[in-house]
Amino acid sequence: MSGAIWFIGESEDGRLQSSGAGVATLVRQLAAAAGADAVGLIVGSEPERAARELAGYLPSVLWARSAGADSFVSPSAQAAVIGRLVAVRDPGYVVLPATPAGRELAGALAARLQWGVLTNAVDVSWDGRPIAHSIVFRSDLKVRSAFAGDHGVITLQPNVVTPVLSGAAGTLEEVAMLDGELASPVRRTELVTGTAAASVEHARVIVTGGAGVGSREGWALVESLAASLNAAVGATRPAVDAGWVGYSQQIGQTGKTVRPDLYVALGVSGEVQHRVGMRMARAVVAINTDRDAPIARYSDLFVVGDLAVIVPLLIERLRETRPSGLPG
Amino acid sequence: MQVVVLTKSVPNTTGDEGLGPAFRLDRNAIDPIINPNDEYAIEVALRLAETQPGVQITMLTMGPAAAWPGLSKGLAVGVHNAILVSDPALEGSCALGTANTLAAALRRITFDLILAGADTSDGRAGIVGAAVATLLGIPFITHAGTLAVGNGAVQVRRLRDDGHERLEAPLPAFVSVTQEVGDLRYPSLRGIMGSRSRKPTTWSLGDLGIEPADAGGARATTIVLDVEPPQPRLPARIVAGEPGAVVGEIVEFIAERRIVS
Ligand SMILES: Cc1cc2nc3c(=O)[nH]c(=O)nc-3n(C[C@H](O)[C@H](O)[C@H](O)COP(=O)(O)OP(=O)(O)OC[C@H]3O[C@@H](n4cnc5c(N)ncnc54)[C@H](O)[C@@H]3O)c2cc1C
Ligand SMILES: Nc1ncnc2c1ncn2[C@@H]1O[C@H](COP(=O)(O)O)[C@@H](O)[C@H]1O
Repeated sequence: MSGAIWFIGESEDGRLQSSGAGVATLVRQLAAAAGADAVGLIVGSEPERAARELAGYLPSVLWARSAGADSFVSPSAQAAVIGRLVAVRDPGYVVLPATPAGRELAGALAARLQWGVLTNAVDVSWDGRPIAHSIVFRSDLKVRSAFAGDHGVITLQPNVVTPVLSGAAGTLEEVAMLDGELASPVRRTELVTGTAAASVEHARVIVTGGAGVGSREGWALVESLAASLNAAVGATRPAVDAGWVGYSQQIGQTGKTVRPDLYVALGVSGEVQHRVGMRMARAVVAINTDRDAPIARYSDLFVVGDLAVIVPLLIERLRETRPSGLPG
Repeated sequence: MQVVVLTKSVPNTTGDEGLGPAFRLDRNAIDPIINPNDEYAIEVALRLAETQPGVQITMLTMGPAAAWPGLSKGLAVGVHNAILVSDPALEGSCALGTANTLAAALRRITFDLILAGADTSDGRAGIVGAAVATLLGIPFITHAGTLAVGNGAVQVRRLRDDGHERLEAPLPAFVSVTQEVGDLRYPSLRGIMGSRSRKPTTWSLGDLGIEPADAGGARATTIVLDVEPPQPRLPARIVAGEPGAVVGEIVEFIAERRIVS
């Protein structure tokens, strides 16, 4: 039997983070293929509820509570705890979501354990060892890679696996912290929340606006089309830089990676740095005045035309005839 | 204050990348530039130097000698020194190997603050920074939008999906930055001319006290098994013309595809 495969989860406001269930599902399936144990681990200030949620996906879940008033647990402190647990319990592989928090924790763990890291997997299969599948570079090359040794850290694109409950509640085990183990020199001095737009990461439909939207007034069209399609609003970087929308909605290399069923791109050229964030979309509709815009090559339906003319008409038509097959 | 900026040399992604032996990027064959996200780290360092006296900025790169011309832009915008860790044995380094080598180089210099980009345009791993900081045993904060230094600590503001937060760490510390840093400066003509003749301080593995057998491809923790081109995509249905008809096509497409099951 191979060493266990661990999923390192996070709690967000006391709940399992949104990307957690999908990644945990993959870990369970991978462990089944490997004949290994699948184990979840959550370290946080309020880990219990998230741990219980995670136990819906994994047969066994470890959790550890950070002491102290601050809800902030620094990733270096988390890595120290996880590193200690790994040394004692000897899992084979550790999987995390390729989110900002998951990546920094992956880096810290890799350094601490001197394990290799395979990053941004879109799938992981088992063939005597984990095989990470990823898509790289401008030309969308499909790469399969593996670890040279018997251990490693894998970061998985957060929304590539549909969460599936295991059908049985996993066991929960609290792990004791050592004295001062979670003490960290990094302090959080301010936290402002509650300014969020609907998250693009798990949206089934996304309406994205680019520079071609032209103005803040034009942006209202993006939002109202999104509303009529029950979609989240996405953005290219120039739209974020122009201040029409927050950075949390940016899709691409320095933004989110999304995988909706429908991606509607309004005034988006489709440069590679944008495309890496949306190339897994299942269907793409683009509206662009430029017939030769690169996004034409990645669209299923490419509409040559002025979005300022087409989008209001589209919103009106959608109001009259709600097409079947839209969410909600 | 000594500021070190980790700057990777990456291919300028204007064409399809060539893959060399063992499916590695052929780094000698492509026009190298500074990883765009690392330019934000340089910008942050330059802003610090403008607001406080005595800031010395050093760029640190691990990469082939051919990386240099692309990196010299850093000197042209005002970075003071550049160190290039370059050795034939480093070819084929994995992400962990890169972090180990960068940490070995950093142990040879003094620093108060290490800056880096959030991730690289070629690897997109986003792990090297936290790994380097962990190896050096210093606190790290990633994905900073703005940064200030005072009272022996670095203060960072960064975005969250649902708002923002401020974090603080005592120096020496590591911080990675995002595009939220904002506009980058362009090098002046004088800067470009002045940087042209300058060369980086180059360190080999020997200079770092590392045996070639303990680094690079010889110690890579990850291997590429195979690379395949993507499935060719069906060409898009292209529609143009009368807006009313076009809108009908869009509505039909959504219905036809049963977009959501
Ligand atoms: C390090 C780095 C990271 C980056 N990260 C990201 C990222 O995460 N996400 C991202 O999106 N970009 C990113 N970029 C920027 C990226 O390279 C492109 O510049 C950007 O994606 C282009 O955005 P755009 O399509 O909105 O604008 P443009 O490229 O300017 O395209 C606008 C499009 O709108 C069309 N248009 C104009 N008017 C109309 C109209 N009335 N009706 C219909 N169409 C119209 C035009 O024909 C054009 O195709 C990054 C760049 C770098 C260097
Ligand atoms: N070879 C390298 N030389 C210098 N800095 C690097 C190198 N590789 C990565 N970095 C730094 O680490 C950051 C994250 O890189 P990565 O984990 O590869 O995405 C980059 O933005 C750089 O600042």
